[in-house]
Amino acid sequence: MNRMMAIVEREMRKFFRSPVLMIMSMMLPLVQLVILGNAFGGKIHNARIAVVDYDHGPQAVRIHEAFDAVAANIATFTTVNYDDETTAREDVRTGKVDAAVIIPAQYSRRVYAQDAPAIGLVVDNSDQFMSSSLESEMQSLVDALNQPVIQDRVVKSIALDIVELYPYVEYMKYLLPGCVALAMYISVMIGGGMLYIDDKARGVHEGYLVTPISKLELVMGLNIAGAIKAVLAGISLTVIGSLIAGLGTIFNPVADVYLILLILGTSLAFNGMMFLMMVRVDDPLVPRAMFGVLNTLLYFPSGAVYPIAAFPKWLRAIAVVDPFSYAIHGFKAILLKDGGFVAIQYDLLFLFTFGIGTLLIASTLFKRTL
Amino acid sequence: MSASIQNGPAINGNGKSTAPAAIEVENIVKRYGTFEAVKGVSFSVAEGEIFGLLGPNGAGKSTLIRMMTTLIPVTSGKAIVGGHDVAKDPDDVRRMIGVIPQALTSDQDLTVEENLSIYAKLYSVPRAQRIKNINAVLEAVDLLKWRDAQTKTLSGGMRRRLEIARGLVHDPRIFFLDEPTTGLDPVSRIAVWEMLNNLKKTRNLTMLLTTHYMEEADRLCDRIAIVDHGNLVALGTPAELKQSVPGSNVVEVQFNREHDLWKTRLEAIPNVTEVQAQSGGVYRVLTSNGSQTTTQLVEMAASLGEQLTSLSVQNTSLDDVFVHYTGRQLRDEQVKAVFTMPPRPGAQP
Repeated sequence: MNRMMAIVEREMRKFFRSPVLMIMSMMLPLVQLVILGNAFGGKIHNARIAVVDYDHGPQAVRIHEAFDAVAANIATFTTVNYDDETTAREDVRTGKVDAAVIIPAQYSRRVYAQDAPAIGLVVDNSDQFMSSSLESEMQSLVDALNQPVIQDRVVKSIALDIVELYPYVEYMKYLLPGCVALAMYISVMIGGGMLYIDDKARGVHEGYLVTPISKLELVMGLNIAGAIKAVLAGISLTVIGSLIAGLGTIFNPVADVYLILLILGTSLAFNGMMFLMMVRVDDPLVPRAMFGVLNTLLYFPSGAVYPIAAFPKWLRAIAVVDPFSYAIHGFKAILLKDGGFVAIQYDLLFLFTFGIGTLLIASTLFKRTL
Repeated sequence: MSASIQNGPAINGNGKSTAPAAIEVENIVKRYGTFEAVKGVSFSVAEGEIFGLLGPNGAGKSTLIRMMTTLIPVTSGKAIVGGHDVAKDPDDVRRMIGVIPQALTSDQDLTVEENLSIYAKLYSVPRAQRIKNINAVLEAVDLLKWRDAQTKTLSGGMRRRLEIARGLVHDPRIFFLDEPTTGLDPVSRIAVWEMLNNLKKTRNLTMLLTTHYMEEADRLCDRIAIVDHGNLVALGTPAELKQSVPGSNVVEVQFNREHDLWKTRLEAIPNVTEVQAQSGGVYRVLTSNGSQTTTQLVEMAASLGEQLTSLSVQNTSLDDVFVHYTGRQLRDEQVKAVFTMPPRPGAQP
């Protein structure tokens, strides 16, 4: 036990004496949280829409009025009047405007005659996000125009009543669980994997191996130190990230207990995974090369930035065995939904089982000699 | 009683010590696939002795020391360290040895004392004993006033002294040092030698060190084993090894002109026992009478109308011993009396 604690003490003294690791492990996730959270979280504002009006009738005026209302209120787009459709289409193609609305001749007459009236929308679908936002906005507007002036006493159309369980979750809040897991992963990779192999290459392990320390004491010492570093990174990012994203869950002591459990499980799982991968590696370049590949392979399929349900089957298969998936699911359940133990019990089960399992295999593979 | 056994054409018998053996190595072999790094080496080291493994890089010295310190498994043969078999009781061996690896591996971010304390804990030294040992080893390596300094602020020589202190912090009986002065400047190297000599006297330590520095082996070691290509080729005290080489002096001479007959002519000079032709027209002449051979050599050159470019005379060194037993040279910085002959008047440059 003393020998194991000597390894932990050495690692922790080095860690606190050189805070670079802590800063490095939190820098990327925090930047990601702030930049991606703000970049992807917003809605379209002030898009430019060309309006070509060949009708000029009363129903066309209603459309103009609706456009003006949008511009004055939610400001999704502003309109620019064009005289001909060809110029408007060309300007959409060249990017001068984001879309064009064509109100055909005889539009008002067809509305009154209920003779399949239609207005045209030309969008630049090379930008899926912009075009789908404008399509959605236009569809809402057309639905509003379709409403009869005098409502029926009995509503005949089917309505969908949406009940939102939680207040609106901005994208930054959605990203936070992934960022916490990412900070822990970086801490494990740099503070565990890279330092472990660097120490091996420098001959530090040779120094350990000539002492009477047992294989188990050495493996446990290295992993406990790695887990402590990851836990510190996880706690720091949960607190800082929650304050930046405006999440108040951290002020709930019960939720904090669950968060600590998740952070412990995640650090154990990440450390076990890292140690298993590095146990027979000697080349200091290997963990550096693996760092980026693993980041993409494990972080993105985990549901951190996009829902797992939207993935193809093979990517979902990765998510099933990826400890990131369970960590992020658990963090979301507590940070965003305050879901309690029931919401995270399977995540905790997976993370602790995965961590202990990988550590046992790594310990077996660990060589007590050079 | 220890016996010195050799696997090569070495000097016989005189390398024995009468003290009980601290290390006994019998026919030890290390094989990596088909490559044999150590080829059946045998020797023993008496208690309180400083024993040197001398050889060039790649000779197998570090492999030998790593087998004895349980770092790599022995392919065949037997190594007993402090009465324990390295293959059967590695933990017992580890408890009684201190090891200084070739590389400087102390943690730069930690202080001198922290480095020592962590290693003492790895050997489970109790707290009170730990404090006492740390003070004692810091005093022994003259680092007491640097105990709170971060290791990265120390010079190379001081760091090497810290490594030595680290190897001693659990009070081992047997001390292994793998090239302890490699990378040090001459002043630091001499300081380390003095320190190791003091340690031997004050702690009655058995030391086994590897080196490729002739002077280091000569000044530090009670006995030396010369290792080459995985074989132990000679074993004995420095004096015994030097005496085993024919000739008591070495005359190194260079002529201004290359000539096929130089070697034959040099061998014909009285008292000359061996002539080794080297690159650049240099000849090493082993002789039992250095001053007489030098005079005769100068006279011979003058009678032939030849000019000497350089001439030096020295006593037989371990370098000559190495050349004698391996047929190759292991150069070390050696202080030699070098006489550069002035050109003869009227001679072509």
